[in-house]
Amino acid sequence: MRITVLANPKRFLDLSRVLVPWFLGATVVLLGGGLYWALFNTSPDYQQGESVKIMFVHVPAAWMGIFVYAVMAGASLTGLVFRHPLADVAAKSAAPLGAAFTALALLTGSLWGRPMWGTYWQWGDARLVSELILLFIYLGYIALWNAIDDPVRAAKAAGILSLVGAADIPIIHFSVDWWNTLHQPASIIRPGGPTIDASFLWPLLMMILGYQMLFFWLWLVRMQTEILDRRGRALMMAKGA
Amino acid sequence: MANFFAMGGYAAFVWPAYVASVLVLGTAIVLSLRAYGKARRTLRQLEQEMGETGEKDS
Amino acid sequence: MTAFNALLLRDIKLAFRAGGGATLAMTFFALVATLVPFGVGSDINLLGQIAGGVLWVSAALAALLSLDRLFQADYEDGSLDVLTLSPMSLEAAAAAKIAAHWVTTGLPLVLLSPVLGLLLNLPAPGYVPLALSLAVGTPALSGVGAIGAALTIAIRRGGLILALIVMPLITPALIFGAGAVTDALGGMDRGAFLFLAAFSVAAVALSPFAAAAAVRLNLAG
Repeated sequence: MRITVLANPKRFLDLSRVLVPWFLGATVVLLGGGLYWALFNTSPDYQQGESVKIMFVHVPAAWMGIFVYAVMAGASLTGLVFRHPLADVAAKSAAPLGAAFTALALLTGSLWGRPMWGTYWQWGDARLVSELILLFIYLGYIALWNAIDDPVRAAKAAGILSLVGAADIPIIHFSVDWWNTLHQPASIIRPGGPTIDASFLWPLLMMILGYQMLFFWLWLVRMQTEILDRRGRALMMAKGA
Repeated sequence: MANFFAMGGYAAFVWPAYVASVLVLGTAIVLSLRAYGKARRTLRQLEQEMGETGEKDS
Repeated sequence: MTAFNALLLRDIKLAFRAGGGATLAMTFFALVATLVPFGVGSDINLLGQIAGGVLWVSAALAALLSLDRLFQADYEDGSLDVLTLSPMSLEAAAAAKIAAHWVTTGLPLVLLSPVLGLLLNLPAPGYVPLALSLAVGTPALSGVGAIGAALTIAIRRGGLILALIVMPLITPALIFGAGAVTDALGGMDRGAFLFLAAFSVAAVALSPFAAAAAVRLNLAG
């Protein structure tokens, strides 16, 4: 199915109405199964004890924070270059979800590190610091969308911002890493550790996939909402006329 | 059971992490579904009103 | 005189006038440096250690202050529309404005930095790296900042959103710039200047394109 088929909002609504239940179902199965497996069927890590169980909610959230940004940037590029009409709807709908995942990654990462670092925040953890900056980038993007009244202009402006961010994020991550080479954190035991036991891998994968399905589900719901909202606004303007 | 909840002494960190995850993602779900429902209801209402005025005109 | 130079000189002149951004940036830069000891105490050793970082942070904030009006003033009085009619491309115009911003904000900070370094008891090995890192890094602040300024042209109180957008994007400049000073004080070389220069070159080369695109979409409406 070519992407241009989805350019028609009505077609897209029809298609998403079919897909949504599947994504919802997959979410329930994967998250339910993954949570059960993670909580009840994994043994404590020999270094981190039971705190390693936080990995099962931290890693998926952190991954999704980055994944959603890539989706956003890709949608923005499609909108700016190919003028795909639903591209900016896709980008706008994805952003709050990405911000939520990133905030969650920060929360859980902080809790995970606390037993190891002794503090709730460790500037020496390059990934956590990069995630904090990513959260600010998300917030700036969402703020820009909301601050510009004209939706077409807002979409283009936000699109440019997301692409500039996409180019900058690897550089930011590199610089934060470099920044950390000055002082090694006190504890070498970092969340994520040098090796992850193989028995953790499968429940972790289930959780990551579950978060992924959750995103696709909510993303579709939000895109539908946005399209219906636009239709409503168009009708209201027609009424006024 | 008690051992499970104690999480080997890390309960104060593990459980808040899971609870926070459920809360944040749950809020995202609730807000998204609510907004969708509201958009559908509003649109349906508007379409009905447009339909009615259309009938009145003819 | 080329259109580029004409625009460059015009913007510089405007910035140095009362109400322009130049004196504001310098004053702010000096103000922050003066306030910090009141905040962290007068321990000379502590101040000397953080001087590089403090001055880099205040340089970033000072640059931010004057970015607000970069495109705004011309947008309001219609000069921006006139610019699109000029023979030079919008990208060149953006580059001229970025250059003007640097001359009126970045360059004064570079020149002021040794004095402020003295105020904050920066150790002797730090002065040249500080001035040099500011000289190399502030163009990146102007470039990336201009993108933010162009994106937020038509927004009421856009200054707030401008800051939110720009600050995360310039963290590499801040990290490498302040890191260059710290490394010099510690007798290390981790390549800070190299990375800073690379970031600045990339930022200065690419930002006119992004800024011009943002200006275009704001004028189209």
